[in-house]
Amino acid sequence: MNTNYAPPADLGRVQKVATGVGLIGVIVWVISTVISGKPKDTFFQSYLVAFIFWTGMALGCLGLLMVQYLGGATWGLLIRRQLEAASHTLWLMLALFLPIALLGLHTLYEWSNGSEDPKVQALIDHKSPYLNPTFFLIRGIIYFTIWIGLTTLLRKWSKQQDESLDMSAVQRAQNLSGPGFVIYGLAVTFAGVDWVMSLDIEWFSTIFGLVILIGQGVSALALLISIGVYLSGREPMSRVYQSKHFHDLGKLLLTAVMVWAYFAFSQLLIIWSGNLPEELPWYLERFKGQWRWMGLALIMLHFVLPFLLLLSRNLKHNARRLMMVAWLLIIMRFVDLIWMIAPEFNRAHGGQVAHYGLAISSYINYAAAMVGVGGVWLGWFFHQLRQRALVPDNDPQLNEVLARAEHVLSFEGH
Amino acid sequence: MTKQEEKGTYGLMAEFDSPSAIVAAARRTYEAGYRRINAYSPYPIEELAEAIGFHHSLVPLVTLIGGVLGALGGFGLQYWTSAIAYPLNVGGRPLLSLPAFIPVTFECTILLASFGAFLGNLLMNRLPQPYHPVFNVPSFARASQDRYFLCVKSDDPKFNDAETRAFLAGLGAKEVSNVES
Repeated sequence: MNTNYAPPADLGRVQKVATGVGLIGVIVWVISTVISGKPKDTFFQSYLVAFIFWTGMALGCLGLLMVQYLGGATWGLLIRRQLEAASHTLWLMLALFLPIALLGLHTLYEWSNGSEDPKVQALIDHKSPYLNPTFFLIRGIIYFTIWIGLTTLLRKWSKQQDESLDMSAVQRAQNLSGPGFVIYGLAVTFAGVDWVMSLDIEWFSTIFGLVILIGQGVSALALLISIGVYLSGREPMSRVYQSKHFHDLGKLLLTAVMVWAYFAFSQLLIIWSGNLPEELPWYLERFKGQWRWMGLALIMLHFVLPFLLLLSRNLKHNARRLMMVAWLLIIMRFVDLIWMIAPEFNRAHGGQVAHYGLAISSYINYAAAMVGVGGVWLGWFFHQLRQRALVPDNDPQLNEVLARAEHVLSFEGH
Repeated sequence: MTKQEEKGTYGLMAEFDSPSAIVAAARRTYEAGYRRINAYSPYPIEELAEAIGFHHSLVPLVTLIGGVLGALGGFGLQYWTSAIAYPLNVGGRPLLSLPAFIPVTFECTILLASFGAFLGNLLMNRLPQPYHPVFNVPSFARASQDRYFLCVKSDDPKFNDAETRAFLAGLGAKEVSNVES
């Protein structure tokens, strides 16, 4: 490892803290699951939300890894190691996917069970060539094969770059990133349909995959900003990070927030305009009770407030304030997933909807699952991050990243 | 030097051949107390604006005002036409149908915000300006190619032809020329 940019020794402590907090989360999760009365349902419902959130974090980072190779911008160099470490957690998420496909399927997905209602049963039969337990498992493994394959190749070439000054490895990574991103995007769309959209046997939305995809991008950028603030306070990265870099990350976060609002609103507008009985109930359910307030919170705190704050140049230059916005968005990502997923469990197996919302204990259960899986995820991530130098030392663009002044990069760097 | 000659001088123009040199020179000129200064470069240099003491621009505010007016105007136009002036029942939807109004509201916001940015820029830069004295310096043509210029205007309280000329030369300028007004 190049000692110039060796990770700070402190990172090991952070890894332990993250794992420890995760462990507390797991304990709370187990207790609240057991006392809920329906342990299997409760467990898999919160497990699914946590799985989707943290898989999304890893996938958002994999997407950004390819985007930064394609764009060739200097901010990419600064976050490449974090992106590579986060993408590696897809191995963990693959392991965590198997319980859903093998054990939790009948608890979570109505289509995997028969229905007494002949209309619903006809629908299930109609969709069964695609939505059946075996194909669900096979597809899941195909998605992970694609994502992990991309991760493995990009990480391999990145390591080759560390070992020699030969730029051909980076060239290969750039060549893969174009078609790779297309395949990745398709896999994310299909996975979103399988894992989230199919919770409702009848509902469909063609933009849903993109809503999921950009949400993952928001999560990933929020994580990168938080890690960046931590690293920038310590040697060696305190010599690298400057306010202009946080400005760049803040601009990307603003873009992601706007695109999220654009996609999420487009979905609503299309379904609202169409006014079709098979599409509309998904929204009508979410316009009632607690879900209504959660939806309003999403509009205000996932879009309006962060959008207005991130317009400010001064805020983007201030790493700590930017981190506050990033944390707000991480929480809102979690709220968004609850809002999309949890209402589906209220009317599983054709039962009557009791009320549009959850008890406090259920929210605690969801949050504990998120923290529990998150602790394992972050532990894995920090472990990976500690393995290599924090910036690619051999990259010719590194001088531009390190340049203290903006103008140096265009002319005098050569 | 006579009063007459000073009146015909817009200022002094110092020429530099690297971005670092002009940023350093601009900083020192500002620190020396000169305030009526301006800098010219072939491409935007963020620090240069700060170096000559230029911190805040009103263009973002004008853009914001344009955007807010666009949002209110776009929404108001739709509301007035479809709920007041010509109420029409479309598929049983309410006359004030928020989701349907948003795309037009959004587009009007962008439109007027762009107008604000564009016109605000022109107005605050006092453009269009067919004549500007800096072009009287022959070498100034290279300000849009590969040279960097720093101009100290003669109406600066600290301006003194001989002293300022010596000061600019001392900053490493390739050439210091007189700018006729």
